[in-house]
Amino acid sequence: MPAVGTSVPRKDGIGKATGSARYADDLHFPGMLYGRTIRSTIPCGRIRSVKLDFDQTGFTVVDYRDIPAEGKNIVALVEYDQPFLVERAIRHLAEPILLLAHADREALNAARVEIEYDVAEPLFDVERSAQLLKGLSIDKGDLEAGFAAADLIIEGTYRTGHQEHVYIEPNGVIAVPEGQGVTLHGSMQCPFYVVKALKSLFGDDAPIRVVQTETGGGFGGKEEYPSMIAGHAALLARKSGRPVKIVYDRTEDMVATTKRHPSIVRHRTGVTRDGRLVAMDVDVLIDGGAYITLSPVVISRGSIHAAGPYRCDNIRIAGRAMFTNTPPNGAFRGFGAPQTLFAIEAHMDRIAESLGMDPVAIREVNALRPGDTTATGQTLTGDCSALEVLREAVRRTDFHRKRAEYKGTNRGIGLSLFFHGAGFTGSGEHRLESKAALELTPTGVRILVASTEIGQGTRTMHAQIVTDALGIPYEQVEVAQPDTMLVPDSGPTVASRTCMVVGKILERCALEMREKLGTLTPAEYYAAHGPLTILKQHEPPAWITWDEERYSGDAYATYSWGCDVAEVELDPDTYEVRPTHFTAVQEFGRAIHPGLARGQIEGGTAQGLGFALLERVVMKDGGMANASLTNYTIPTTLDTPTMDIAILENFYADGPSGAKGLGELPLDGPAPAIVNAIRHLSIDIREIPATPEHILSACSSR
Amino acid sequence: MQFTLNGVPATVDAHPMRRLLDVLREECGLTGTKEGCGEGECGACTVLVDGQAVVSCLVPVAQVAGADVRTIEGLGTDHALQHHFMNEAGAQCGICTPGMIMTASTLPKDATLEEIRVALAGNLCRCTGYEAIYRAIQRANEERA
Repeated sequence: MPAVGTSVPRKDGIGKATGSARYADDLHFPGMLYGRTIRSTIPCGRIRSVKLDFDQTGFTVVDYRDIPAEGKNIVALVEYDQPFLVERAIRHLAEPILLLAHADREALNAARVEIEYDVAEPLFDVERSAQLLKGLSIDKGDLEAGFAAADLIIEGTYRTGHQEHVYIEPNGVIAVPEGQGVTLHGSMQCPFYVVKALKSLFGDDAPIRVVQTETGGGFGGKEEYPSMIAGHAALLARKSGRPVKIVYDRTEDMVATTKRHPSIVRHRTGVTRDGRLVAMDVDVLIDGGAYITLSPVVISRGSIHAAGPYRCDNIRIAGRAMFTNTPPNGAFRGFGAPQTLFAIEAHMDRIAESLGMDPVAIREVNALRPGDTTATGQTLTGDCSALEVLREAVRRTDFHRKRAEYKGTNRGIGLSLFFHGAGFTGSGEHRLESKAALELTPTGVRILVASTEIGQGTRTMHAQIVTDALGIPYEQVEVAQPDTMLVPDSGPTVASRTCMVVGKILERCALEMREKLGTLTPAEYYAAHGPLTILKQHEPPAWITWDEERYSGDAYATYSWGCDVAEVELDPDTYEVRPTHFTAVQEFGRAIHPGLARGQIEGGTAQGLGFALLERVVMKDGGMANASLTNYTIPTTLDTPTMDIAILENFYADGPSGAKGLGELPLDGPAPAIVNAIRHLSIDIREIPATPEHILSACSSR
Repeated sequence: MQFTLNGVPATVDAHPMRRLLDVLREECGLTGTKEGCGEGECGACTVLVDGQAVVSCLVPVAQVAGADVRTIEGLGTDHALQHHFMNEAGAQCGICTPGMIMTASTLPKDATLEEIRVALAGNLCRCTGYEAIYRAIQRANEERA
């Protein structure tokens, strides 16, 4: 029986269920010190003086001057602008200035450092920022001609707030000094990003080894920030000559690390009386925070998805990421798309309302079909399932009946239609040159990839693909822990690419290995001929063309599709909106592991419900004022409704066993589905999270 | 300071106000109990004290003198909940799993879905949306029934 398509046991399941899986904070090294980061207490200005107000016996103290001459004080990522440690200029609150290490945590935490500043005027309001981080424009057809042909023009502005990842394991690493270099163990998504950052810190010749420990959730939050904390631990380890562990507590993790970019999206849309979209003018603005980090890529993906899964001949999308004096915002599952899809999907229900159409009909008219072109001019092929997911969601939920039945009650039902491009944008996958390898062992094979298991099921899903391509039992496939000394660079574990892209390379490795093995089992071949390793590089589909300057062409190799239906109840006393039932219909090629795929949808949906209703980051003086799990609330068991999950199949020719990307898709749909269900209650919400205060004020302005 | 740890008498030399969580992890070497927030909100550090689920980050070790403390390691490696958390993908990243399982282990085997929800309300999971966790607990309970 094939492994693909069945819910085999997770490779890492029993270790996690027995508590034997080892996370960063579970590791201890002889002679280990604990590290602490001293951060700026102002959002903007310059350091005047730093005074160490404690007995320094037993302490290791590091500032920017400890960075070796052959290295640079820059966290190498997309651009090179963010320092590991402030030299003079402070651009945001909680910016790292000084590092301390000590063998005793109480002594470490008791140490007082006094910093004097020259304070400058900070800028927090993204709409007032004149500092452009990244701008882009997507142009299709003739926008003015489109508006001229419209019977009606509908405008709207939609806002989303910061969202905190709340992986339950905070960021943590341990740096172990090794000669002129360092071995770094830590919780992370992208081991080779950390290698790149540490090489920039210590110089290209420094031996750097990075080993991912079991990672207690990432969701994008451990894409770029581990490079920063790794650099800090590594500097302390080098100076002290001892292993140094830095594990953030929850508050530090929330105050200092990245969040989802807040967004303001303006739509101006021309439609005909029969509901056809003829002109879409979209302005996307996101708050990048104080450094570039990943914002150029986030505004790119956000903008590309901003017209939604709809056909329209005349589109202009202007995307801007701006600098502010707040901690840099970063990768978060969906990477800009949940923000812009929230806007278009809330806008579509307003368009339908203006035309007197129902929300299903307006989407039926405009949903992308095979042969249609997207905003970037990409022609879709048979793997486009917008109409299929919409129709199945409407059917399963008996949408029209409930829509009529709930009218005038405290119950509402609403839906959202969405898509998500899998893998890096445009020529990104080509540039990555991702590699994966498969090696024989005395008892089977071992997968060698840098793709990390962060809960989503990387190890299990990759092992299933290899199992079938090689025709051996699942139990004979092992997966190596990502260790940059042992595994090739498979690219980062982001962008819904781990199954579709890296899984495909592994499938090709396994097929070639099967040819080499002939009729032998891996164990027989190993016994007769010794070790064998097959390494392959990703081959993006040859038809992909992308113009980075004009933002046109094939933005993604393929898209996954979803339609969510939210049913909600409004408490007329507290103005609390409670989701009572949620339906998610999603098409992502093929589910390699139906149980894990369902888990991605259920979990992503819950995060999307938090984004929609509960999760409000309160920013005060440039920092998160509610940085604790008491005051920043994520969905508990009592906030999460029952879910009906439907997985539609539509095999993608270039994916392993037909699979596309899934990880991010489920987060795109819940927020607009919820807000559209609230609209069904005649409450006009255009900003999330839709907290009770927010709903109350929307009701009183009716 | 003496208490019973996973059925075995334990003696630790620790400041009475030290968090039970730290004593378990650092003095007793039982790292299956995790820290997620340090303020009793997330439940990742849940252990049983005299059969009751408590968050060990809020318990000074002095409070468990003479008590029966049970951690995930005390369930062994063959408990029905452990198997079903694995088989139903109730564990994704796994960091909340030990705490979830400890709380779930206090439930009667005929617990309804609503009772499971209420019991787990103090255990946060960011990966699963909880549905797979309910499935795991229900399967385990069916097996125990």
